Amino acid sequence: MIWVGVLATSLGCYLLKFAGLAIPQRYLAAPRIQTVVGVIPIALLAALTAVQVFGQGQGLTIDARAAGLVFAIAALLLRAPFIVVVVGAAAVAALLRAVGAS
Amino acid sequence: MSWEQVRRTVAGRALGVGVAVGTYGISFGALATTSGLSVAQTCTLSVLTFTGGSQFALVGVLGGGGSAVAGTLTALLLGARNSLYSLRLAPTLHVTGARRLFAAHLVIDESTAMAISQDDERAARLAFWATGLSVFVCWNIATLVGALGATALGDPKKFGLDAAVGAAFLALLWPRLRDRSSWAVALAAAAVALALSPLLSPGIPVLVAGVVAVAVALRLPTTSLSPGGPS
Repeated sequence: MIWVGVLATSLGCYLLKFAGLAIPQRYLAAPRIQTVVGVIPIALLAALTAVQVFGQGQGLTIDARAAGLVFAIAALLLRAPFIVVVVGAAAVAALLRAVGAS
Repeated sequence: MSWEQVRRTVAGRALGVGVAVGTYGISFGALATTSGLSVAQTCTLSVLTFTGGSQFALVGVLGGGGSAVAGTLTALLLGARNSLYSLRLAPTLHVTGARRLFAAHLVIDESTAMAISQDDERAARLAFWATGLSVFVCWNIATLVGALGATALGDPKKFGLDAAVGAAFLALLWPRLRDRSSWAVALAAAAVALALSPLLSPGIPVLVAGVVAVAVALRLPTTSLSPGGPS
């Protein structure tokens, strides 16, 4: 099943990229389409962040990942590079687990 | 600036962007394998899908127990912005035939941002190809390194890699939170996804949040949300 997802995602994402080069400009240029396409990444990335941090199977929980998120927010406010945000969040969560706080 | 100077500046920046994106490719490789993908599946995604947000989305949904269908749909929704990028680039690149097939694959946030920030068409074309190729090479090498590294590490939770996934999504989101309406969309989508999590199978709440956002955006006056540019 994972391979199906990998290949379907690859094909679909390629066709989305190709579409803009291949179809007449007027189809995608409508302001409303532009607005919708601008909103989608914001909504999906926010939803993915929330579910990744607080999701636990089909329930919700607060654990070491939440502390990682707090670190990530602080790092982003300080304009830290991507790798610092990600590795730092992992380190905070790992540290909390190592000392048995969560 | 002479063309030679422009060429050198653009090539240098393209390389810099590639290396910077590489650090993020290492995270992708590591997080994908700890989410249950094999090294081969992880690397296939980076070669064939080659758009980071969608790759992270598929892996995030699968890792959270979601189905391949939910993961694919989320990844495709996220990849829809690339259609606008290539639409924007089409008059500049004016590619046809095999070159168009190849150019399409390189349409991503970074190559678009570099191309549209150039002063003339020739420089824009160079910036697109140089950045696209540089990121493609760095992204794929980094993915392999991350995937192999994480496989060697063992228990992902011990190293907090599950916490890193959320941080990675937030870091991708951050540059897009430019005004009050984008914050409102983000907070509402997060709330919708969390509220639905106990009710629906994994992966579906995120999709619903995306669909709700589209429905709301369709009702708003077109000026109230700026279209998402490359970031």
